[in-house]
Amino acid sequence: MVSTLRYAFGNVLCFFILLLIGVLAFSIRLFSVIKYESVIHEFDPYFNYRVTQFLTKNGIYDFWNWFDDRTWYPLGRVIGGTVYPGLTLTAGTLWWILNSLNIPLSVETVCVFTAPVFSAFAAWATYFLTKEVKGTGAGLAAAALLAMVPSYISRSVAGSYDNEAVAIFALIFTFYLYVKTLNTGSLFYATLNAIAYFYMVCSWGGYTFIINLIPMHALLCIVTGRYSSRLYIAYCPLVVLGTLLAALVPVVGFNAVLTSEHFASFLVFIIIHVVALAYYIKGILSPKMFKVAVTFVVSVGLVVCCAVVAVLVALVASSPTKGWSGRSLSLLDPTYASKYIPIIASVSEHQPPTWPSYFMDINVLAFLVPAGIVACFLPLSDASSFVILYIVTSVYFSGVMVRLMLVLAPAACIMSGIALSEAFGVFTRSIILQLPGVSESQQISAGDAGSEPSADVIENVLKTDKDDEPVKERPSRKNKRKEKENMERPSKPSIKSRTEKRLLVLPLETSIIALFLLVLLGAFYVIHCVWAAAEAYSAPSIVLTSHTQDGLHVFDDFREAYAWLSHNTDVDDKVASWWDYGYQTTAMANRTVIVDNNTWNNTHIATVGTAMSSPEKAAWEIFNSLDVKYVLVVFGGLVGYPSDDINKFLWMVRIGGGVFPHIKEPDYLRDGQYRIDSEATPTMLNCLMYKLSYYRFVETDGGKAFDRVRRTEIGKKYIKLTHFEEVFTTHHWMVRIYKLKPPRNRIRSKTKKSKSKSSSSANRDRSVKRKKNPWH
Amino acid sequence: MEAASAKHGVYILLFSLVTLSRLSHLAASSDLQIVDAERRIDVISHIVRVYLTLKVENTGKSSASEVLLAFSPEQAKHISILQAAVVVGKKRKKSYLSLKVNPTDLPDSPNGTKYYTAYLLNPLKTGESVTIEVMYALTHSLQPFPVEISQSEPQLVYYHDSALILSHYYIKRQKTMIRTPSSKVESFTRVEPADRKGAELKYGPYEDRSPYSYSPVIIHFENNNPFAVVEELVREVEISHWGNLQITEHYKLAHGGARHKGVFSRVEYQGRPSGSGASSFKHLLAKLPPRVHSVYYRDNIGNISSSHLRSDFKKSELEIEPRYPLFGGWKATFTIGYGLPLQDFLFESDDGRRYLNFSFGCPITETVVDSLTVKVVLPEGSKNPSALLSFHAEQNLETSYSYLDVVGRPVVVLKKKNVVPDHNIPFQVYYEFHPLFMLAEPLMLTSVFFLLFVTSLAYLHMDISIRKS
Repeated sequence: MVSTLRYAFGNVLCFFILLLIGVLAFSIRLFSVIKYESVIHEFDPYFNYRVTQFLTKNGIYDFWNWFDDRTWYPLGRVIGGTVYPGLTLTAGTLWWILNSLNIPLSVETVCVFTAPVFSAFAAWATYFLTKEVKGTGAGLAAAALLAMVPSYISRSVAGSYDNEAVAIFALIFTFYLYVKTLNTGSLFYATLNAIAYFYMVCSWGGYTFIINLIPMHALLCIVTGRYSSRLYIAYCPLVVLGTLLAALVPVVGFNAVLTSEHFASFLVFIIIHVVALAYYIKGILSPKMFKVAVTFVVSVGLVVCCAVVAVLVALVASSPTKGWSGRSLSLLDPTYASKYIPIIASVSEHQPPTWPSYFMDINVLAFLVPAGIVACFLPLSDASSFVILYIVTSVYFSGVMVRLMLVLAPAACIMSGIALSEAFGVFTRSIILQLPGVSESQQISAGDAGSEPSADVIENVLKTDKDDEPVKERPSRKNKRKEKENMERPSKPSIKSRTEKRLLVLPLETSIIALFLLVLLGAFYVIHCVWAAAEAYSAPSIVLTSHTQDGLHVFDDFREAYAWLSHNTDVDDKVASWWDYGYQTTAMANRTVIVDNNTWNNTHIATVGTAMSSPEKAAWEIFNSLDVKYVLVVFGGLVGYPSDDINKFLWMVRIGGGVFPHIKEPDYLRDGQYRIDSEATPTMLNCLMYKLSYYRFVETDGGKAFDRVRRTEIGKKYIKLTHFEEVFTTHHWMVRIYKLKPPRNRIRSKTKKSKSKSSSSANRDRSVKRKKNPWH
Repeated sequence: MEAASAKHGVYILLFSLVTLSRLSHLAASSDLQIVDAERRIDVISHIVRVYLTLKVENTGKSSASEVLLAFSPEQAKHISILQAAVVVGKKRKKSYLSLKVNPTDLPDSPNGTKYYTAYLLNPLKTGESVTIEVMYALTHSLQPFPVEISQSEPQLVYYHDSALILSHYYIKRQKTMIRTPSSKVESFTRVEPADRKGAELKYGPYEDRSPYSYSPVIIHFENNNPFAVVEELVREVEISHWGNLQITEHYKLAHGGARHKGVFSRVEYQGRPSGSGASSFKHLLAKLPPRVHSVYYRDNIGNISSSHLRSDFKKSELEIEPRYPLFGGWKATFTIGYGLPLQDFLFESDDGRRYLNFSFGCPITETVVDSLTVKVVLPEGSKNPSALLSFHAEQNLETSYSYLDVVGRPVVVLKKKNVVPDHNIPFQVYYEFHPLFMLAEPLMLTSVFFLLFVTSLAYLHMDISIRKS
């Protein structure tokens, strides 16, 4: 009776803790809304937001068939077939549900808060996964850790409306269902698992991690002799159903069976069937006959394997990248991207992380993970071997690409949750066992069942821990009732574990100090996470702020420029800018862009890069051939905004030079150094990007032209534009928009070249002299 | 293009002058005559305000109860508001009684002249005279010329009118004064006696002019005041009987002056605030009611961070800056929203109905609104809504759904074109509402949660497995 009550109380408490963890996960991500505003962040989220707007306005069928002519002009982009639709469909569905309940939230609001909502879901999924591995206590600890792990916060603050926001939930949930199937052997969970995998495929390209990790685990289980029918049920339906479902997603399509990322799963699929057959035959044959059969099967199997391998090799070899996409290849060979694909290398999140970024992103978890791994080996089950494999692989991947730190974070949380929970278990147990008053009263209250009083106490402790030790040993439980019976009737292995636990008792003082230190560690983690959420990761990057003596200063130049473009240019005008600003331009200014963050066409990007690094006339010709009306450059020299186009310029040169060999990187470097001052090369000083960035910059500070980002005086101060004219510059000069002069003027200027040229230059000189130093 | 149309307009006026004088004997069938007329035209902002003082005398045999005011068709198109008042008392004890004014069509109006009829309070008997004050506002009547200017040029505009007051009646004596924003007047048509002193132009006095006399004049002068035109304004007033009045205003703002041409140079704009971009504007002032709270100012890509709110007991002033300075022809859209305490605006009338008393026009000072829509969203469950306005506006009813509505909220939609700040006068919306409806949504939510708990309770206590184990 008492135990039922305690069990019920524990469940209710657990429910409320989970609810609070959800609230915590949601609210810690609201710093961006409170400190800034409810707005979509950064670059990719703007594209997702735009797609969601289209989806809610035009419906799902138009969405699948959407050919977007506002981007990659003149090529366009088939959005329905090239986008992972999970996030958009999720937010679209949320919006639709809310609106059919007559709750008039705008699409933007729904998009802004999708990520925090799904982080709460992810925390709950972590609870379930860890619970399957090591019991409720570890589950709660892991969920609480995940709710505020900085690495995940960085991708899921309110407004960060990106694929990862829902994908991490889908990833953990798929793993949970896999482990659940592994523990129960239920086909129901196996089906759910395939559906969860489908959702993951819809959401993020990172699904290849799942489809490689799970086969690895299955293989590991087989190799270590842990094959069971549960493994078969967990694995095979996932591969068959999952691959079929994945092929339904347009962006994946036949890639689900054709690219090398998926081959591992098919190989293991074959192996597991061979093994299953072997076990089956072993069951029906006598040992002698079985030996004969083994030799037969092995020889046949070898032949089949050779054939399959030969086919695979032929298939793989027939594709130019050996069947691997650039991003995946750079996973295997970390130096691949920087060597061969500058466009991948140019993105900062594709760089390998530094050590401080580990500390920044997972903080104390880095120290707890080893302890968690150790705890997983005591005892090793199918589930715990899975999380061990998960942490090992994700550590490797995070070392390759800083973006994949995100995949590491849940694994680190699970491991640390297990470590914390086990440590707390050990320490509290040793304290309880050594507190004389407590143990006596426990003896009296629970002295009805066992022969050894101390064992009873331990059993009680075990119950309060809500440890699933017995459940794990007998994973094929059908319902809760049975679980309850299990708890009340300790089975044989728990006696063994009891004696093990007996040995784990530590001295009282040590345990108290260790507990205190653990709490301190947790407190430090919480403080760090809140700091990271509030200070480091909540800036929307679309609006910048700085604190000065006279208060907060807001730099809202990007939106100023986009608003100007959207209201004061023709709706069909084409805007050229470096690809970073493509998504934002289409979403906020609603203008056609030449290249955007999708970066699917290297040549096109190289064309823009070439134009930016060419002299004015050549650039004008390139842009004019692309129907470009306006050129947008980002310039941080006046206010000291470091990620501007001048700092990105070398990538434009590299990417441009990769396709058009007349652009050579050394032409822009003086002795291997990138500089913009008077030492800069003439090619650099005459290229379009330089001119557009520094046009009339000298007039802002009275002839000095001091660039606050590069901390130097610029090399060429008086810049004359003949083919472009300045049409808009934002308040802090961060965005400058130029218009291509129509070709008619150019022809006329050719005929009376000398006259117009001299007069215009004279004009400019005069105007420069007249208003010297307008700032003082 | 616009210059051409301006020229065209001049020709029409000249032509009409000729024909009007020929036709004049036909229409002079009235018994009224104007003894003394004085007209003051204010062209300081982009809204032209004309103040007309007419001393009307009845020379006929029967008494007259209405006075006709005549306007050229071009002007009539731009009249946004017209008010008339009669002067009572003399000198110190002067007071004004407003008159009812209606647009009228006369069957044989020469050259499409448009009329407004002012209805006198007491019929004017033979030999008596009365002084009428008329005020009307014209929008879009200052034509920029040159049509396109660059950043450093000032904005010059044309104003077309007649030196003589267009009238249905014989005018004995009249004069016209025109105030320009500065003394920078490029040119003006001389109709002797005409004279300019500083920022004021004076035409007249002219004596004994027959009805429908017309003498077109063009004044070309510098006007750098903000030509803030709201092309479309939708104001939503949502009443919540829980104590809040939520107002959301969607603006489509444009600079209605001379179009900006060529380069916009930030360095010149910031470096020489006086000389460059004189006709551009970047501040707007919205006058909001007092006790305003939770004000926001944003557009469809997020907050606009440049705004200031000053509020005291009498009024609140919201100073807003669009994202970028507006030059001629540039546009911007934004949304202003704010909440107000309900008790300041919602009252109960004697017959038990409730009514909202709220100001109609655009709260931003000195703006013309080309198309204004006011939507009053009444709480769910209110009945028989009706609006009461002191001027004409198109009215219809809609239904909107918001926060968990089931039957929807009635919405009174009022539409009016060509609105000026003089329209900022209160209007009333009457409706019937039972307070019990306020509880509908909380009760609904409570019951939904209750049902949720009951079902989960039932589910947890049920054993739906087929096989007992």
